[in-house]
Amino acid sequence: MADGAAPVLDVRDLKTVFRTRSGEVHAVNSVSFHLNPGELLGVVGESGSGKSVTMMSLIGLLPSPPADVRAGEVLLNGVDILKIPADALRDVRGAKIGFVFQDPMTSLNPVFTVGNQIMEPLTRHMGLSNAQAKVRAAELLELVGIPDAASRLKAYPHQFSGGMRQRVMIAIALACDPDVLIADEPTTALDVTIQAQILELVKELRRKLGMAIVWITHDLGVIAGIADRVMVMYGGQVVEQAPVADLFANPRHPYTRALLKTIPSLTGGREARLQVISGQPPILGAAPTACPFRARCAHAMDVCERENPARRPVDAKPVGRGHDVACHWTPSPDEVGRAHA
Amino acid sequence: MLDMPYRKPLVQVRDLKMYFPIHTGLLRRHTGNVKAVDGVSFDIVEGETLGLVGESGCGKSTVGRALLRLYELTSGSVTIGGTDIATLGPEALRIARPQMQMVFQDPQASLNPRMTLSAIIGEPLDEHTDWGREKKQDRVFELMDSVGLNRRFANRYPHEFSGGQRQRIGIARALALKPRFIVCDEPIAALDVSIQAQVVNLLEDLQDQMGLTYLFISHDLSMVRHIADRVAVMYLGRIAEVSPRDALYARPLHPYAEALLSAVPEPDPALARNRQRIILQGDVPSPANPPKGCNFSTRCPRVFGLCREIKPELQQVEPGRFVACHLFNDTNAAGSTGASASPIGAPEAIKEHNQQGETL
Repeated sequence: MADGAAPVLDVRDLKTVFRTRSGEVHAVNSVSFHLNPGELLGVVGESGSGKSVTMMSLIGLLPSPPADVRAGEVLLNGVDILKIPADALRDVRGAKIGFVFQDPMTSLNPVFTVGNQIMEPLTRHMGLSNAQAKVRAAELLELVGIPDAASRLKAYPHQFSGGMRQRVMIAIALACDPDVLIADEPTTALDVTIQAQILELVKELRRKLGMAIVWITHDLGVIAGIADRVMVMYGGQVVEQAPVADLFANPRHPYTRALLKTIPSLTGGREARLQVISGQPPILGAAPTACPFRARCAHAMDVCERENPARRPVDAKPVGRGHDVACHWTPSPDEVGRAHA
Repeated sequence: MLDMPYRKPLVQVRDLKMYFPIHTGLLRRHTGNVKAVDGVSFDIVEGETLGLVGESGCGKSTVGRALLRLYELTSGSVTIGGTDIATLGPEALRIARPQMQMVFQDPQASLNPRMTLSAIIGEPLDEHTDWGREKKQDRVFELMDSVGLNRRFANRYPHEFSGGQRQRIGIARALALKPRFIVCDEPIAALDVSIQAQVVNLLEDLQDQMGLTYLFISHDLSMVRHIADRVAVMYLGRIAEVSPRDALYARPLHPYAEALLSAVPEPDPALARNRQRIILQGDVPSPANPPKGCNFSTRCPRVFGLCREIKPELQQVEPGRFVACHLFNDTNAAGSTGASASPIGAPEAIKEHNQQGETL
């Protein structure tokens, strides 16, 4: 994508800490990333890797206390939205940044009609009258592929199937023409054939509307199909970041390499035994002083115990612009390349 | 596992139907049925893994539960190791239970939070054996060893364990009575990607060591490709296709199986972008009111007149491959006459098919 253009969203050094009775939990540790106009950034990681918390903290969706966004800048079109008052932030949410959550059943209000819920941001943020909002809401439902849109506005969420509900969620998120759409595991709760429908819809919406999207998922298959760039998270930090083709062809972080090996393929050779990442994901606690992956890493060295690796470029481009990795280990030339080899 | 001689089917399911009644109105009158499983037949050969795939609501979990008679069947027969489970009386059923066990999807919900690990794993022994305390404890330790749980954890409670470890507890409990047949109902769906492989490898190791037979229910088609010898694809309460694994993944015959496989995202950007996907329109119809004719006729890209009139029966169209689709009506005339006596999924054919894949 156009790497020269100014990013829509630029997150620098974000730190989020949860205060709990048993001490502080550093859920997000110095996460930096940017999102270019029209780009789709995939964020991959397991549960507890900090991917959702990162996105929730940058638009102030985490309750505080216990959450505390302690440091960092979140520049949306050049304005730091961590520093603006709560009222103004409410206008950013919904109007400038749309959010699609994982579970379409629990994120829609069961006692309001679907039309009501799509019209709410339109009247709240765009200042439309009820009649105008209704027309726009029907257009939006049509846009996300719900037939007979005008009459479906009167339906309640329970009258829709899971896939249809997720389409409604997308319609709500798109209502005010946001600059950025954040989708947090939007297809995880759906069946594969419905997931395929939603993925097609998102591709089509990108062609029509050209918005920038952050797509959170744990499914590398989904990422391979739709992302332009990928950020891999582990233990609350970014461990690798690269253009999608680069990441799959030339994974550098031992975690990414292992992750690609553990998923069985649908085509190609069938392994007699699955590769395993031994051990458990880390339990987050105090600010890390060592690499979070060291206990499960096949290439762990002494330095990994002493020092949490910073992100460093793999290619000639600066960190964040090309391919970068947070790891002390450098693969030898014959280890570089597809991890399957 | 493959060099093991194939014996006759351990599990035979014939025309299994499982309807759940719908009661409506003030008088709770019986006004209809949710046809969760509507006439399903298949065999599972001893020592093999049959994968059962499909989308949510297709009835795959109901099949798994009905096989162990956790439900009272509406009709049909389920023969496990020569006994028809469907018609057994309560005491006879209790005696038959040890040979068939289940591993559940949600290890959080299927373990009693107030029981220690050794009490959970030992509970089947309390119920079905008259062993002394020491003998039971030894068996519990043995089971913990075999699923890779440290013996020191015997007196801990389920909440102290991670999802993957809890699933190991569930597996140890299922193994306690040395079953021959285990229904694994989405055993890895609740686990993280990096933990899934650990549990699948464990299940495969145990199968090799103990000669277990699995029904592996899952919606994860790439994992099923890894673990299963044969795969049954279900849609809306009926089986669309049963085929040896490699044959199915190389060339699915039923249009639904084809669409389902093409919808799975492939973790390879180059492949993913060039692939021709079949995007099915619409949603699965309600099992309370399935369409007339073929259940898939409302979404099938290759539907024609006959499909909306007559339900296609599962029939053998190639050696070892069974499809319920009118598109294969012509080919079946040749296929079915020769092989009509073979069980659903001819063992010889499976072996041949899969060995080709194994050498890849």
